[in-house]
Amino acid sequence: MAEPRKIRMTVNGQAREGWAEPRRLLADFLREDLGLTGTHIGCEHGICGACTVLLNGEAARSCLMLAVQADGAELMTIEGLARGGVLHPLQEAFWEHHGLQCGFCTPGMLMAAYDFLRVNPDPTEEEIREALSAVLCRCTGYQGIVRAVKAAADRMRSAP
Amino acid sequence: MKPPPFDYYAPASAAEALELLGRYGADARLLAGGQSLVPLLNFRLSAPAVIIDLNRATDLAYIKEETGRVRLGAMTRQRAIEFSPLVKSRLPLLAEATRWVGHLPTRTRGTVGGSLAHSDPAAEYPAVATALDAELVVRGPAGERVVPAAEFFLGLMTTALQPGEMLVEVRLPALASNSGWAFEEFSRRHGDFAIVGIAAMVTTERDRCRSARLAACGAGPVAVRLRGAEEILEQGGLGDLNINAAAARAAELVDPSADLHASVEYRRHLVHVLTRRALKRALERARGGGAAPLRS
Repeated sequence: MAEPRKIRMTVNGQAREGWAEPRRLLADFLREDLGLTGTHIGCEHGICGACTVLLNGEAARSCLMLAVQADGAELMTIEGLARGGVLHPLQEAFWEHHGLQCGFCTPGMLMAAYDFLRVNPDPTEEEIREALSAVLCRCTGYQGIVRAVKAAADRMRSAP
Repeated sequence: MKPPPFDYYAPASAAEALELLGRYGADARLLAGGQSLVPLLNFRLSAPAVIIDLNRATDLAYIKEETGRVRLGAMTRQRAIEFSPLVKSRLPLLAEATRWVGHLPTRTRGTVGGSLAHSDPAAEYPAVATALDAELVVRGPAGERVVPAAEFFLGLMTTALQPGEMLVEVRLPALASNSGWAFEEFSRRHGDFAIVGIAAMVTTERDRCRSARLAACGAGPVAVRLRGAEEILEQGGLGDLNINAAAARAAELVDPSADLHASVEYRRHLVHVLTRRALKRALERARGGGAAPLRS
């Protein structure tokens, strides 16, 4: 039962499949088996949030899940955020407000912010800071990130 | 940092999970939301031969209201609790505590049963269960038994669960009338483990305190009920001086240890301050003073 097994999932709207031992982390499966290296791996124990993806529409840490647990699930990774070459309003806002420096945490920031703005479309700055505490920025560039999320929220509310 | 190899089973029901647990016994670990166990696997601090994954046991995820109480299936996600209108109205202390449990992305996976069974000394849910005299429903080879919270949390990450047993449900009393609640916590960063957390519930009767419920997390090896402080309130009422006296007593009742984050003295100080804040906010709510603002 520890042998590799076939795993099927929908990632960014596409049906994908691969083989993985039960111990294979979802983050590694996405990066190494499916070639989706936009999802970053920082701490591998659920603290830094760089590996955050959307699992059935909700943000989750992909280093704290086994690939086999996502069998049959619908996932969205950072690669799925822009549509048809057009950046998502969150990506636009991160660009405009200098919401990234080295960029390592950015995939996690964007996926966590995407989920957060769906449950709270009109957040206060304090609520944004609380939500973003889920992801660590080692450059400490939080000011720009908070501004970007606020700007994206405003834009998404006015033009849904 | 990758998990060691293990055999993996994903039973579709609690009954199947119990059967597997019976078969593999101490070689097996139950995997709930995985927000504590998977880090332990990644660090190889835990290396079970068998993982029994409860995430496909859909019969363990539910929130049900009964007369005077609410029953939560062990695999109910913290996120489901956070956004449940039923929990908000009937178990508002649990709802408020949930905001302190990790972060939204960890609450997506984390479960109420996983948190209770893990019994981390700094975790919020064991404090809420202890304050509210929750009943924990445990199923094993000999059938089902109901364990009061006071007898469930035994020590540092140790519970009354016996080999072959699993937690299937937690039952919490619904909010009574003339009652107010508050969960106060101090941590280095929102979503980090609590340095100290306090769960409070008070029920008033005209000017008197009919009952007070207080529990602390982060202030000992296990969530601790602060009965001596509750008695001060039940005997002397909810005036400012008496709230201060109860908070001071609370700080004497805990047995914290020092670590990288806080000294023993600092943790006692936090118990004192947070108990006072929690009681004042709970009292405001009991008096119908509208929703007291959340401190964060």
